[in-house]
Amino acid sequence: MARYDYKDDSVAVIIGSGAGGGTLANELCQKGLKVVLIEAGARQSPITFRNDEWFAFKQLAWLDKRTASGSWRIAKDFPNLPAWTCKTVGGTTVHWAGASLRLQEHEFKAKTTYSSAGGANLLDWPITLADMEPYYAKAEAKMGVTRTNDIPGLPGNNNFKVMYNGATRVGYKTVHTGRMAINSRPRDRRSACLQLGFCFQGCKSGAKWSTLYTEIPKAETTGRLDLRQEAQVLQILHDKHGKVTGVLYADKNGQHVEQKARIVCVACNSIESARLLLNSASSKFPHGLANSSGQVGKNYMRHATGSVFAIFKQPVHMYRGTVMAGIITDEAELNTKRGFVGGFEMETISLGLPFAAAFLKPSGWGRDYVRILEQYPNMAGMWIVGEDMPRETNAVTLHPTLKDHWGLPIPDVHYDDHPNDVAMRNYAFKRGAAVYDAVGAIQTIEVPPYPSTHNMGTCRMSGAPSDGVCNKWGQTHDIRNLFISDGSQFTTSGAENPTLTIVSLAIRQADYIASESARRNI
Amino acid sequence: MKRREFLQKGALMVAGAAAFASGAAAVGAADQWSGKLKALDARQAETLLKMARQLFPHERLDDSYYLNVVHDLDDEAATTPATAKLIATGVANLDHQMSARFVSLPPDDQVIALKKIQDTPFFEKVRGTELVSLYNNHNVWEIIGYQGASYRFGGYLHHGFDDLDWLPNPPESASPKPT
Repeated sequence: MARYDYKDDSVAVIIGSGAGGGTLANELCQKGLKVVLIEAGARQSPITFRNDEWFAFKQLAWLDKRTASGSWRIAKDFPNLPAWTCKTVGGTTVHWAGASLRLQEHEFKAKTTYSSAGGANLLDWPITLADMEPYYAKAEAKMGVTRTNDIPGLPGNNNFKVMYNGATRVGYKTVHTGRMAINSRPRDRRSACLQLGFCFQGCKSGAKWSTLYTEIPKAETTGRLDLRQEAQVLQILHDKHGKVTGVLYADKNGQHVEQKARIVCVACNSIESARLLLNSASSKFPHGLANSSGQVGKNYMRHATGSVFAIFKQPVHMYRGTVMAGIITDEAELNTKRGFVGGFEMETISLGLPFAAAFLKPSGWGRDYVRILEQYPNMAGMWIVGEDMPRETNAVTLHPTLKDHWGLPIPDVHYDDHPNDVAMRNYAFKRGAAVYDAVGAIQTIEVPPYPSTHNMGTCRMSGAPSDGVCNKWGQTHDIRNLFISDGSQFTTSGAENPTLTIVSLAIRQADYIASESARRNI
Repeated sequence: MKRREFLQKGALMVAGAAAFASGAAAVGAADQWSGKLKALDARQAETLLKMARQLFPHERLDDSYYLNVVHDLDDEAATTPATAKLIATGVANLDHQMSARFVSLPPDDQVIALKKIQDTPFFEKVRGTELVSLYNNHNVWEIIGYQGASYRFGGYLHHGFDDLDWLPNPPESASPKPT
């Protein structure tokens, strides 16, 4: 592994080692660039992961204080946990479930397609599906996505059997075990899925793609990666010309360190990426870095989610096996005749008993709730993930009074459900229940959203600098050597789980950074 | 990882607890608690035990599981003065909801009393602590029928991940056989 001097201003500093940052680091190292990858969390491995929900939550989740506000249920149910993301090497790719779906053509043109969604701050992406297709193909090959590259689908578990039978009985046509970045057979020196049932807690078999044991070690092998873990970036620094010059971070001993850089790439997941730009305000940039549009932190999206669980007369044991290898895609297609715009995917999901008790009915207690939990073995579950509407008022802002360990303002995450989100969720709840009713559910349970794992849009890409924070390469409109490299770039959310698109954008951005560097443009 | 940290995290995550500033400890004297409590008094412990039972009333679970909750709260109260105050004030408040003390109310009235205080930080502290204490207990898993970790026996791949037999198997195009 490389170790660069703090004063070496020829390095690329990447902040965050998840789907965006971890991938970008490897891509840049493979192209011969020098990379300092700074990660706030510690390094774990499949050996240190534990199949234990509470232990893993404590080990992996980002638990620094945050507040949630707005009309979304999260503000009431989890006021200090608006998002369920990770603080560990590999970021949220350690926790993600593996669903790897391409955005659809019309979803890149949300403003054109959904012009009827009043009050939404819609915008078309400055790129199209055609621009992205070669990069989606590269990402699918890199990650080993099932049902691409001749990789077979995963075998369906019990939870999928229930979904499949219910879905086909109500007339859904496209139902299968999904496109998953989880090995259905050994590939890329990683084993095949053992159906452990703990995808969210870090995959102990390594079958699920995570930058932790794919991109990052591959980058280390080049000899060009300097990984600094347990290091929290406090501020991005700039010179009087407005070019960024490096970052200030606190290392694991609390020492403040300044690392010089030629370029800085921000990939801290949408909440922290926006917060870092806002916390980097200076006399030259009083509203935060790259914020001449005023859009930093705005248009926060988290998908219109919810879950439907159902209880049957006979056992299901939903927790056995791959958590999200099951999908119904019929409702994701363009169809504006349902009383809302945008589509949604229905994907299998399961929770172990400890988290089922915590999440099935937040704040739940009493006889009726206990009666539900006692039927846990006979339960099946699905997650709804649908396109939500960007709004300027849905925003990550700096808390006016509360500070973190280093004295910096903590983030407040404000979200009001758009009427379109509410209409979609209510419709999706009914469709999910219909799937389970078709195979004899005794009871169906509508479960409100969990803390957000899909966080998007706080530094969105736009054609015009006045509409967003970065251009179609993720390069900020205001500062040529500052890049956004995570889901913050998303102009709109689409209905699909975001990771595949984040990885594809990172591969694409690496090409751009390498060619612009070679031309001395950055 | 200590169990207590789980409990704190659970309570914190579910609620984000805040503490009441003042309160008066009630005096109780049931012999069964003597020598077993660090910070709580017998009356508080007895109230918490009944409350824990009412919050998640599993008929198949004996009192020992609910006693764990009381001791978890007692442990925290012993090291965290704010928690001790929260419990003291909360128990006193709970006792004032109906015409008699909480522990002497019939079960249905206990539920009514709890509904009246369900938005308080005290209630959320007890509920959040109990949620983790009960449902992270492996004996409870066995009683309810959750098998938990499968890594030690090689995953559910050969241990029932697809053993559901009351519905037809999906076609291989939707669900390929394991390779």
